[in-house]
Amino acid sequence: MGAQPSLDPSRSSYYVNDALYRELIGNFSGWQDDTRAIVDFAARDEFRRLLEREARLLDQLRYEDWLAMYAAECIYWVPSTPNAGDPRREISVMFDDRRRLEDRIYRLRTGFAWSQAPASRTVRLITNVEGFATANKDTCMVRSNFLITEFWDNETRLLSGWCGHRIVRENDSWKIVAKQVNLIECDQCIRNPSIIL
Amino acid sequence: MTALEKISAPPTRVGGTALYDWDHLVQEDRAHRLIYTDPAIFETEMTNIFGGTWTYIAHESEIPAENDFITRRLGLRPLIVVRDSDGKIRALYNRCTHRGTTLCRWDKGNAKSFQCPYHGWNFLNNGRLRGVPWPDGYADDMRDPKYNLAQVPRLESYRGFIFGTLNMDALPLSEHLGPIAKVIDEWLDRNPGGKVVVCEANRFRYKGNWKLAYDNSCDGYHVAYSHRSLLETENRFAGVNAKGMAYYRNSPDSQPMYMRYTGHGNHFKDKRPNLEKRPGGLWALESAHPGMEYYEAEFIKRYGDRAFSLLDLAGSEPVNINVFPNFSLLGNHIQVFEPISVEGTNAIWYGTMIVNDGSVPDEAVTDINALRMRTQEGFPNFGEVDDIANFEQIQRGLMAIEDEWVYMNRGFGIPDRIKQHDDGTITAPATDEAFMREHFKEWKRLMKARPNLAIQREP
Repeated sequence: MGAQPSLDPSRSSYYVNDALYRELIGNFSGWQDDTRAIVDFAARDEFRRLLEREARLLDQLRYEDWLAMYAAECIYWVPSTPNAGDPRREISVMFDDRRRLEDRIYRLRTGFAWSQAPASRTVRLITNVEGFATANKDTCMVRSNFLITEFWDNETRLLSGWCGHRIVRENDSWKIVAKQVNLIECDQCIRNPSIIL
Repeated sequence: MTALEKISAPPTRVGGTALYDWDHLVQEDRAHRLIYTDPAIFETEMTNIFGGTWTYIAHESEIPAENDFITRRLGLRPLIVVRDSDGKIRALYNRCTHRGTTLCRWDKGNAKSFQCPYHGWNFLNNGRLRGVPWPDGYADDMRDPKYNLAQVPRLESYRGFIFGTLNMDALPLSEHLGPIAKVIDEWLDRNPGGKVVVCEANRFRYKGNWKLAYDNSCDGYHVAYSHRSLLETENRFAGVNAKGMAYYRNSPDSQPMYMRYTGHGNHFKDKRPNLEKRPGGLWALESAHPGMEYYEAEFIKRYGDRAFSLLDLAGSEPVNINVFPNFSLLGNHIQVFEPISVEGTNAIWYGTMIVNDGSVPDEAVTDINALRMRTQEGFPNFGEVDDIANFEQIQRGLMAIEDEWVYMNRGFGIPDRIKQHDDGTITAPATDEAFMREHFKEWKRLMKARPNLAIQREP
């Protein structure tokens, strides 16, 4: 990226500011508009492959490869209300910038993250993938449904919901700028929410 | 006047006098595994503890306007906590007086009345029965107060924190809180106007007894181990252990922090003395959070010398204030423990934000809250998950029937380690289990008692 060391988003967080919050809320409002649905088969297949790859990398705990799918300045957001709300005024289940995502991965790798000792086994199904155009042709919004089967501590459970991915074309591939994970039980008590969704 | 209905002793089991010899189950330095695993003890707790003493119910900011309601529980009793049409805060039993259906299934909302989905009985939000379908089918006078909703008879707020009890002999809330009220005051008064507003939560459930969470609330012994992944993560760039709760990593008992027991099962752990006493002293302790560098630079530019005292408002207050049996203030959170069953508990970390009292620029309030949301998400995400995993493993370990005892004797019997003060409070080093020994004395007192429980109905 050629960024100054002090602006390296892995080390410092300057991009999470009021402008970003306002943009994020705007970008994730009213975007699932049928008139903007992308019907092109090839494009839809690209979206689907992107999300399937993301699911596979997470299932395989290949966190570094997974994170490489994200733009340098990215947001991972799991709202705690079904309407997503305003993360400046509401606690989220998770709200990570790049550095905190790296914290999350670092913690899981310490060997002392008891909530993931041993690590959950997961299998993710990603379906109902729909793309939506934005005002910028190199930026798309993708909606998908997910079903994560998670085995941990002698128990198999299901986590489900839908995701919104905001993706941007960089060179010849798509990078994820923001991922909003809408758990269906986002406002309820959840046992051991310690995997990356 | 409101009518009180005295609760008779619950139906006794055949042959049952006292359930157990409580003095045997809870001794000075150890507790029996049964108190965490026995369903009959849990059932007794649901009257003698959750009912028999003051229990945290909700925060007033969750029902700011008339007719606002939220649904909560007192022990296992479903409640509708409402600010009624006259502005009075009530905790109505969420239970139709006809057949017992819950009247309200929503987590929150605004309603002047609640209608039973089963047969259509309709209740005003002060609990009075407003009407029933085809009343001519009843010989009884439906205005009889017995048809009005049951309510928690004693509901008191301490500076916005609503507590309730069914025990008519319980001390007034302010006396019950006693010396811990001062620490609650300090926790509130560092915020503009001495106020906070609840703003969503990190919500957890674990397969373990509720007391495992309360036993942990003042525990300074577990931090370096249970939270090792967090401490390592927070300090991965720090070089030296400087961030978050790093002061636990080396000789925590020689640090100025301490625990204090204040009576009635209440205690706090005070880590504030570890801090540098200067504007920004708290902020300096914060580990990496989204946006922190941007806002710090922006605040210095905008507010100059005042920047760091403003940033401290987003910092996590280093104190754990615990009111038995289900309430903790820690960092900027209001943490609430909700028993579900003998081996099931909700642990909810309600976030708080500041509100402007005119002393802080509006823009700063928005920005402090944006930062404060992110600082508050840190511990639940990277710390609490590991604690509750350990609570679950305790519950599993306690299934070993013959290995009966849980020890809480750290600090016990060491001369001069624990200090009794003139006001009746007790202080000890931060890793001592003195707090646990003391709250179990209160637990035992309540379990032995025959509490004078009542419910209330509108006349």
